[in-house]
Amino acid sequence: MTAVDERTTGETPQLEVGAARHRKEDQRLITGRTRWTDNMSLPGMLHMAMVRSPFAHARISSVDVDEAKRSPGVVAVITGSDLADVQGTLPNVWTITPEQKTPAHPSIAVDTVRFAGEIVACVVARTPAAARDAVELVDVDYDELPVVLDTVEALKDETLIHPDIGTNQSAHLVMDHQTESSVGDVDAVIEAARTDGIVFERRYEQQRLIPSFMEPRSMICDPTGEQTVLWSSTQIPHILRVLLAMSLGIPESKLRVIAPDVGGGFGGKLQVTPEEFITVLVARRLGKPCKYTETRSESLMAAHHGRAQHQKITLAARKDGTVTGLKAELIADMGAYLSLLGGGTPKLGAFMFNGIYKFDAYRFDLRTVFTNTAWTDAYRGAGRPEATFAIERIMDDFAHELGMDPLELRAKNWITHEEFPFTSVAGLEYDSGNYEAATAKAKELFGYDELRREQERRRADNDQVQLGIGVSTFTEMCGLAPSRTLGALAYAAGGWEHASIRMLPTGTVEVVTGVTPHGQGHETAWSQIVADRLGVPFENVEVLHGDTQIAHKGLDTYGSRSLVVGGIAVVKAVEKVIEKATVVAAHMLEASPGDIEFAEGRFSVRGTDQSKTLAEVAWAAFDAHDLPDGVEPSLDADAAFDPDTFSYPHGTHLCAVDVDTETGEVTIAKYVCVDDIGKVINPMIVEGQVHGGLVQGISQALFEEAVYDESGTLVTGSFVDYLVPSAPDLPHLTTDRTETPATTNELGVKGVGEAGTIASTPAVVNAVVDALRPWGVDDVPMPCSPHRVWQAVQGRSVGERTVTQPVNPETMQTDGSSGQLPTGDATGGDDR
Amino acid sequence: MSVKPWRRRVGEFMSRISVTVDGVSYQDDVEPRTLLVHYLREQLGKTGTVVGCDTSNCGACTVHLDGRSVKSCSLLAVQTDGHEVTTIEGLSTDGELHPMQKAFHENHALQCGFCTPGMIMQSIDFVQDNPSPSDEEVRHGLEGNLCRCTGYQNIVKAVQAAASATAAGTEGGAR
Repeated sequence: MTAVDERTTGETPQLEVGAARHRKEDQRLITGRTRWTDNMSLPGMLHMAMVRSPFAHARISSVDVDEAKRSPGVVAVITGSDLADVQGTLPNVWTITPEQKTPAHPSIAVDTVRFAGEIVACVVARTPAAARDAVELVDVDYDELPVVLDTVEALKDETLIHPDIGTNQSAHLVMDHQTESSVGDVDAVIEAARTDGIVFERRYEQQRLIPSFMEPRSMICDPTGEQTVLWSSTQIPHILRVLLAMSLGIPESKLRVIAPDVGGGFGGKLQVTPEEFITVLVARRLGKPCKYTETRSESLMAAHHGRAQHQKITLAARKDGTVTGLKAELIADMGAYLSLLGGGTPKLGAFMFNGIYKFDAYRFDLRTVFTNTAWTDAYRGAGRPEATFAIERIMDDFAHELGMDPLELRAKNWITHEEFPFTSVAGLEYDSGNYEAATAKAKELFGYDELRREQERRRADNDQVQLGIGVSTFTEMCGLAPSRTLGALAYAAGGWEHASIRMLPTGTVEVVTGVTPHGQGHETAWSQIVADRLGVPFENVEVLHGDTQIAHKGLDTYGSRSLVVGGIAVVKAVEKVIEKATVVAAHMLEASPGDIEFAEGRFSVRGTDQSKTLAEVAWAAFDAHDLPDGVEPSLDADAAFDPDTFSYPHGTHLCAVDVDTETGEVTIAKYVCVDDIGKVINPMIVEGQVHGGLVQGISQALFEEAVYDESGTLVTGSFVDYLVPSAPDLPHLTTDRTETPATTNELGVKGVGEAGTIASTPAVVNAVVDALRPWGVDDVPMPCSPHRVWQAVQGRSVGERTVTQPVNPETMQTDGSSGQLPTGDATGGDDR
Repeated sequence: MSVKPWRRRVGEFMSRISVTVDGVSYQDDVEPRTLLVHYLREQLGKTGTVVGCDTSNCGACTVHLDGRSVKSCSLLAVQTDGHEVTTIEGLSTDGELHPMQKAFHENHALQCGFCTPGMIMQSIDFVQDNPSPSDEEVRHGLEGNLCRCTGYQNIVKAVQAAASATAAGTEGGAR
C-alpha cells in the first residue's frame, strides 16, 4: 500500500476511487480553525459544572446548595429533586430478551447513587471557573451502602443495586444453533467429543476499558429560538434528537441537534448521556444558552466504558483437530445502569464466537449484570473483539494441545474460498472471503517460518528474551445493519442510511449524508465516489453532515457502517440524479431518453457527437425555461438504503513479541496484518484506520485497564493512571491487503473501522503466551503488563483484577534461576 | 525561563500581563490562577489550542513560549508576562502552511484532528533539536503527546518528512 497518489494514467479516465487523495477535512484541523463544541460561545451563554458522587453506592440524605448559590457568578444550582418530575429516564434501545430488566436511569440522581461519578447536582454560573468553584460548595450528605463490583459476586444478589427490580441480573439470553450435519445440539456434540474426541475448556477475561476519545465530551444547548438547538460532541446527532424528543417530551420538530467537529468517538460517543439531558433541561428552564464541557477525569469516570466480560469457552473437536462444537458462556458487566445499547453490545458478539470456522453446533449464553461501576456500552468493535479474542485464543491453545502449528489448525477448520457464500453456524451468510490468500500473504510478509526457527533457537539457548508468535485469523460482521435483522434482534430502530445529492445551478454538487464522521474522512471519500459517478471534479463536491437541519435523516456513524451503508445511499442518490438529468438532457438534445448515455460528466446521444455536460443540464433544470412537460425543475435526489446483509471483512494478523523472562517486559518485535476489506475507496484513509484500530487492540492486550478499588473508586481516573499508549510504546506496523470484493453492495466495499481492533488483541496475547509455553503458561490476563507476565513466568496466579494489586516485594524471587527455562520436559511446567 | 512576580494592578484579584501571541501584543488583566490555555481560549479566542486532559499527560494544548514547546495547561498566564507565545493559529505565514502542517496533511498524520495542534507544535520543537531523526527518536520526542486515532505511525512519517523537507530547503510532496 502506498500513501502517494495512485490515480491511474493513460487512456482510461483518471478515477478518484482507489486514489490516495489527501483529505479535504485537514485544512481546518492543521491550522486550528476548528469548531469543537467547546470552542463555541453564544451570547449570554452560561457555564455548567457537575457535582458528582465520590461514593459507588449510597443514599443521598440531603443536598445543601445554599452556599453554592451565594458563590460569585452562580446563577442556579439544580439537584435531582428539582428535575425529578421532568427528567424522565435515559433510554435503552435494545431489549435483548423480552424479560430484560431495565431500571430507571435519572440524569441527576434523586435519592441513590450507584457508581462513583454519578451526577447529584449541577451548578450554572457566568464562567466555567465560577461554576467549578461552586461545585466545591455543594454539601451532599451520603449514607454509604455496600458495594458490589464484580459480576459473579453481583449474581448472588446479596447487595441489590436496583432493589425495585429484585435482582442484579438484567437479562439471560441463550441462542442455540446447529447445522443439519450436527449430531445434535452443542451439549450432544460435546458429549460425543468426551467419549471419542477432545473437549477443551478455557476461561478468558475481557478487562474493562475506557474509550478515551481525545476530545472530552462537550455540549451547548440554545433554547432561545423556535427550535431548541443542541450542539454535542456526539457520534449520533440523529439518534440523539429522536431520543431527546421521546424521553423529554419535546416535539421532535422543535429540536435541532448538531455534531460539529467531533474529536474521536470509538463508540464512546455512541451514547445518549445524562450530561446532554441536563444541559437541555437546564437551558430550557433558565431560558439561556448553557454549555457543559467535561474534564478528562470526569470523562474517564462517567463516560461509558467498554468490554468487561467474563468468558467461559468450551470447544469440542475430533481427535484430528476438526472442531465440532462451541459453547460461549458470558457474564457481561453493564455497570450501574443499562446504557443506550446495554446488553446489545455483548449480544453483537453472539454471531462471531465461531469466527471463520465450520462448527456443527454452537450455543451462546449471556448474562448481563449490574454492578456499582460506570455503565458500559460500545467500544470500537463492540462485542466482536470479545468474541474474536475468545475464539482466536482458544484456537491457539488448542493447537498447542494438539502439537499442531496454529495456522495449520486454522486452515483445517476455516471456510475455504470455494465455499462462499457460506452460512455460519450462527446463521449469518458470509458473502465473500479468501482466508487462504490473506494468510499466505501475511506469512510471507512476516517471515513466519524463519521466525519459528528463531523461536526454536532461543528456546534451545535458554535465551532470557524469548520470542513468541501469535496468530489471529478473523472475520467480523459490520456495516450495521439490515433493518429486518435488527428488528428480529429486538433493536428499537433500523439500520438504513440516507443521502441526498443537490445539483447546484453552476454545476457543483452538495452531498448530504446521514452518517456523522468524527475523524474517518467521509468528506474526502464521499467526494471521490461522487466525483467518479457524476464526472465532476473532486474539488467541486461538498459533503454536508452532522446537523439535523441540513442532514435531516440519518442513523449516524458506528459499527463500521458509514461506507457500506451510507456510501451506498450516496451511490443510490447519484443514480437518481443521473436518471432525472437524462430526461432533461434528452429534451435539450432533441433525442429520446433511451438514446442518451452518460459517461464522464457528459450526456451524449448514442452514435452521434452531440452532447451536454452535467453542468449544462443542471443550469437548464435551474432556469427551467424549457423543460419537458411534467418534469420538475430539479435534479436533486434523495435515497435511503437498507442493506440486505452485514459486511464481512476478514484478515490474518501475525505478531512477534520479545518477552524478557527476567523483567516480564513485552516488546512487539514485528506486527504484520493483511486485511481484506473488499474494494478500497481511498487506500491512505484505509491504512490510517487500520493503524489506529490495531493500536487500540494492541493496547487492550498490553496496556489498558480500568481499575476500581474495593470501595468502587476508579483508580485509573486520569491519564496518569489509565495507560493510553504514546508513540514510543508502539511498534511500526506492516499493513497490507488482499481484495475480495463484497458481493452485497455496488461498490464491493466492506467496513474497516473496527477490523484492526477486533483482530489485534488475540494476536498479541497469543504471542505472549506462545513465548511462555515452555513454562507451562497457557494464559496471561490482559493487559499483559510486565508484572503479570513476570508472575506467569513464576507460575503464580495473577488473581482478581477488579482490585488493584501492588507487587508485594516479599513475593519477588531473588533466586538467580528465576525466569530461566525449566529444565527437562520443555512442554511441561506446572498447572497454575 | 524567568518568571516575574504577579503585579496586581487592577483590583485585588487581577494581574496585568503583556504578552505577544501569534505576533499580536496584548495587555490583559487575568486572574493569577488562570492557566495559559484558558487565557488563550477564553480571553483571546485562540481556540485552535485545545484541552484534552487535566493532568498534563495528553499534550493537546502544546504551544511555543519564546520558540520552545510548553504545555499551556501547565503554565499560568501570568508566567508569560513579557514573553512571546505562538499557537497553531500563528504558524502559517501569508497563507503558506508551515512545513510541519503540510507534512501532517500529506502523510495523513491526523484523523479526528483533536491532538493535531499540540502534536504539530511539539514536532516543530523536536525537529529544531534533531533535524534528521530516526523512527525511534521521533517516537521518544513525541512521548508527551497522545493520539487515539492514528497509532502514531503516520505522525512519525510526517515528522520525518517535514524534517527532511526543511533540511532540503524544499517542501516536497504531491498535492
